[in-house]
Amino acid sequence: MAADDRIAIVGWAQTPMVRHTEQSETQLLLQVITDALDSCGLTRRDVDFTCLGSCDYISGQPFSFVVNLDAIGAWPPKRDSHVEMDGAWALYEAWLRLHHGDIDIAVVTGSGRSSTADPAQIYPMEMDPFFLAPLGADPVTFAALQARALLDAGRVTERQMAEVAARSRRDARHNPNAQVCGDDDVETLLRDDYVRAPLRKHDLPPITDGACAVVLATARRARSLVERPVWISGIDHRAEIHNPALRDLTDSPSTRIAAAAAGVGRGEIEVAELHAAFSHEELLLRDVLGLADGVAVNPSGGALAANPIMATGLVRISDAADQIAHRGRHRTLAHATSGPCLQQNLVCVLEGE
Amino acid sequence: MSFQPCAVVGVGQTHHKSRRKDVSFGGLVREAALRALDDAQLTWRDIDAVVLGKAPDLFEGVMKPELYLTDALGAVGKPMFRVHTAGSVGGTTGIVAAHHVQAGVHRRVLAVAFEKQSEGNAQFALGSGRGASLGAGGAFAPFVRAYIKRSGAPEHIGWKVAVKDRKNALKNEYAHLQLPDISIEKVKASPMMWEPIRYLESCPSSDGACAVVFTDEDGGKAAASDGRPPAWVLGTAVRSEPGNFPGRDAVRPQGAIDAAWDVYGQAGITDPRRQIDVAELYVPFSWYEPIWLEGHDIAPVGEGWRMVDRGETELTGSFPVNPSGGVLSSNPIGASGLLRFAEAANQVRGRAGEHQVDGARVALAQAYGANSQYFAMWVVASSLQPFN
Repeated sequence: MAADDRIAIVGWAQTPMVRHTEQSETQLLLQVITDALDSCGLTRRDVDFTCLGSCDYISGQPFSFVVNLDAIGAWPPKRDSHVEMDGAWALYEAWLRLHHGDIDIAVVTGSGRSSTADPAQIYPMEMDPFFLAPLGADPVTFAALQARALLDAGRVTERQMAEVAARSRRDARHNPNAQVCGDDDVETLLRDDYVRAPLRKHDLPPITDGACAVVLATARRARSLVERPVWISGIDHRAEIHNPALRDLTDSPSTRIAAAAAGVGRGEIEVAELHAAFSHEELLLRDVLGLADGVAVNPSGGALAANPIMATGLVRISDAADQIAHRGRHRTLAHATSGPCLQQNLVCVLEGE
Repeated sequence: MSFQPCAVVGVGQTHHKSRRKDVSFGGLVREAALRALDDAQLTWRDIDAVVLGKAPDLFEGVMKPELYLTDALGAVGKPMFRVHTAGSVGGTTGIVAAHHVQAGVHRRVLAVAFEKQSEGNAQFALGSGRGASLGAGGAFAPFVRAYIKRSGAPEHIGWKVAVKDRKNALKNEYAHLQLPDISIEKVKASPMMWEPIRYLESCPSSDGACAVVFTDEDGGKAAASDGRPPAWVLGTAVRSEPGNFPGRDAVRPQGAIDAAWDVYGQAGITDPRRQIDVAELYVPFSWYEPIWLEGHDIAPVGEGWRMVDRGETELTGSFPVNPSGGVLSSNPIGASGLLRFAEAANQVRGRAGEHQVDGARVALAQAYGANSQYFAMWVVASSLQPFN
């Protein structure tokens, strides 16, 4: 019989997601790593590999992640890495690393304090520096272009977008970590002015400071740590052409390819946590992923309720894991994204026994 | 899926220069990637995943450039990954790319590391944007002084390394610094930058890129059958440690020792001085050659400078270090670590041209970053079992 070479999520933690914290990124990580390890009875000494996801430009300093080694407690020196990507990709690196079979426990994090700068200034910098950045178009503008494409193609309506927002805010009331929650009436939402047509305030993510940590374990350790390990049964990520003008914005082919490679279609998905920072993105992703009507999407409130950029995707994974570990589900899906108009997408399928 | 062998079948790099005004950074990375693909006799289509590495984005002013470079690196429809571990990043890029294959998840992976630091202000970025920044040399100079005091090394050791590496660079068509009249006298007479580090003992600031193609065991064997023997990855190791706490030894960091013995153990090395044929070590300031020879237990503590003094680390010596000319001759910061790894691979593939070390079968490469906090190391060899 082949050895069980699966990797499981055995613990996680999130900071409260807030508009602004006075805590530094390192302080956020210090707490969230401790909490994540506590949740499965481990300490920093037990951690074999760490991988952090964060972004210098958001932190406002080159080499900003170096000081986060204090939060890891990298002493004795640790096997450790860092990606300038959402923590969901840090999880991918750790997942690969644990396949070697020589180590068993990894901690991955995503963190970011978006409150310290103006997104309209920062995000144009991730665009093609020759043709797109000089437009000064911010992420809301690019998202608005995609929403417009979807509306014009008859794939979504503004009402459906408002319904996504209202549902997310209602669900977020039950999430102690969520930032934006409420009991909104769709008609009222639709009477609001556009911020960037056709997007209204409720269609946009909040600005959030926050961090998330997830603990991974190999099969030979997972069962001794927690009653119900959350198995990563498939995970894949794909990228598309960078310039949104060169893509069909009514589709998300990289999500489709990643989902197929992650084995989404191999069984029924009960809950999906989708990294949709704009309401229309949820509708598009739902469609591309082929989620049945009965699938609960973003019961956490999703990115519309809290958007700790560089951690938002990892938070989706931890929320999808929570559904299995503590809420009786058997098969859930988590999605993470990066780049303008869903340029790059990661899909992760989680299963419980 | 569990640990699988991984081979390097293609290496490419750019001509490193102060300013590559002739290319955008898309063009820069493609120059290296196309050379690596050609070397591997593969095309973009054959690559399953791309791993990109570079140092802080402030060097170029483009955030998360893997997004923009997805097109340039043929990554549309594929996984695209971006690592960032300070100065060691080039090494980490190679290691993470190797892990993609070793995990049995991807079969052919392209690793690319670059820096186009002429686009920004490198010293400002290195100082983390803080005013009156020391620059990297300013941060390391106290460690160098401490090493000299501890070891009793004579002052000419740094000059000797500086001359050796630039002479080696004359045999490397891609190297940035081509200084045919380099000499001890010239190094000694160059301006003092950060006591005791002189200008000619310091790395240049370069634009450049490096690319490496990794395949699984079948790919490595296919290349070998085709008369293009690969470099087999025998071991990879990374360690990070915090920068500043009582009891930390920044001159001989614990992370350097732990990473070394981790990678030696994986490769079956018990006596690094004897079993390794050539090393490419990240030496941005000349004194870092003896510091890392000791830091990775190749020389006993206090004896690294003697290896240099006896000429053992020359291209024709008994333990050649940086036959490519090293970081002292080319330093596109994000790429420099991968250049070390790639040059080590080329040595055991017999593809190092004029700076080939005769009979090199086992090579060590190392990159480090931040305040000597991040370490990335690998051992490559011409066969999977070189010591049997």
